[in-house]
Amino acid sequence: MAEFLMPTLGADMTDGTLVQWKKKEGDRIAKGETIAEVDTEKAAIDVESHTTGIIERLITRPGDKVPVGTVMAIIREEGGPTTSVASPRAVATPPSPPPPSPRTERAAVAPSQVGRLRISPAAKKLAAERGIEASTLQGTGPEGAITLDDIDRATTATTDIAKPVGTADRQARMRQTIAAAMARSKREIPHYYLSTTIDMGRAITWLKDSNEQRPVTERLLYGVLLIKAVALALRRVPELNALWKDGEAHRSERIHIGTAISLRQGGLVAPALHDADRLSLSELMQNFQDLVKRARAGSLRSSELSDPTITVTSLGEQGVETVFGVIYPPQVALVGFGKVVERPWVADGLVVPRPVLMASLSADHRVTDGHRGGLFLAEIDRLLQEPQSL
Amino acid sequence: MNTPLSKDDTRRQVLRILGEIAPEADTTSLRPDVSFRDQLDLDSMDFLNFVVALHKEFHIEIPEADYPKYMTLNGCLTQLSAARS
Repeated sequence: MAEFLMPTLGADMTDGTLVQWKKKEGDRIAKGETIAEVDTEKAAIDVESHTTGIIERLITRPGDKVPVGTVMAIIREEGGPTTSVASPRAVATPPSPPPPSPRTERAAVAPSQVGRLRISPAAKKLAAERGIEASTLQGTGPEGAITLDDIDRATTATTDIAKPVGTADRQARMRQTIAAAMARSKREIPHYYLSTTIDMGRAITWLKDSNEQRPVTERLLYGVLLIKAVALALRRVPELNALWKDGEAHRSERIHIGTAISLRQGGLVAPALHDADRLSLSELMQNFQDLVKRARAGSLRSSELSDPTITVTSLGEQGVETVFGVIYPPQVALVGFGKVVERPWVADGLVVPRPVLMASLSADHRVTDGHRGGLFLAEIDRLLQEPQSL
Repeated sequence: MNTPLSKDDTRRQVLRILGEIAPEADTTSLRPDVSFRDQLDLDSMDFLNFVVALHKEFHIEIPEADYPKYMTLNGCLTQLSAARS
């Protein structure tokens, strides 16, 4: 038996509202198939199943808001025992109707520990500031200690009201979740910043020539070259492609580039372009177009929001020349690109006008040092000088 | 090819396409000589989608070098009428 849990669709998510089930009890579901639509502060997300099997029970009801980690459904795994010994509850329970009471915040957490309250001084201070009774919380730190994150989650949980989210509401709540994630980032991550100016002459000429050969439906944007260059450079400096968990960095084998996409109504999301290092520029472009379209239509998939291993932000469209971003936890690096501008450039002893681009790196100093960060930016530069090999 | 569209029809279609790309924008108050990007906050992806939609709707080829000609409503109408005459 497998449990389908309310997923974390980003570091800033504390809970989600079930909009609808995409499957009925008794239906077969394949791994990667959409099982539910979940509304978060940012968007309605199609959530994919991690299990292949038969849906045994749907527990959460549409409209219910439940915390991350809540068991929402039970799936009988394929190949598993059909008359389940492991789960007497499932045998004893008729397939319908689902339990009438929506799960509450409290139901999802383990029973609280008896004895002295374990809480860090910083968390205690924050709890006091926000008027949160720390003893009512279940800590997620070592030995159940209450951490800053727990206070953050409790803050969001108490300020949220379980109700359908309108556009204005969503905007306000998206602002709130961005605020929480960015405040956490700046509180916990010792950022360092590097930047370099990249001559984009070759890349832009190559792109122009390439687009001349392509029908309008298959043309590339230069942003795709940048994403591919970042992905390939990460192979050389893989420690930047990591997630910070439990006090240490865990490198990711796969390279999923979170691409910051601004939404027309305000706010932003940074869903993943999966395996960006392995895709051709044409494939990346197609996926990128699809991602932007779905981000703006509010139909992203759960894996896209939970998977990014690094983020790329590009503010060139707004006319900005340089951007130093804030790392999106638990990631450990963020790459920023500004606008391509014509500038005097010295090449072979002559001053010539060249299109140049400022690339920046914000990185977590707990994980990497400036030396490795510098190598990474230099590698991006080198790759962009050979656009044909991207 | 069907009978040629009137300029009004073409205009309506261009505005409809813009409306699909920037659903929140009020295209009725669009100034015809000011670029879409400035008025509708289009980015390069939006503009590419716009050009692709024009290509599909009006069956015209739009080389990348001609993009600047399609940046305003009047520019689009001029290009489209030239292409179809």
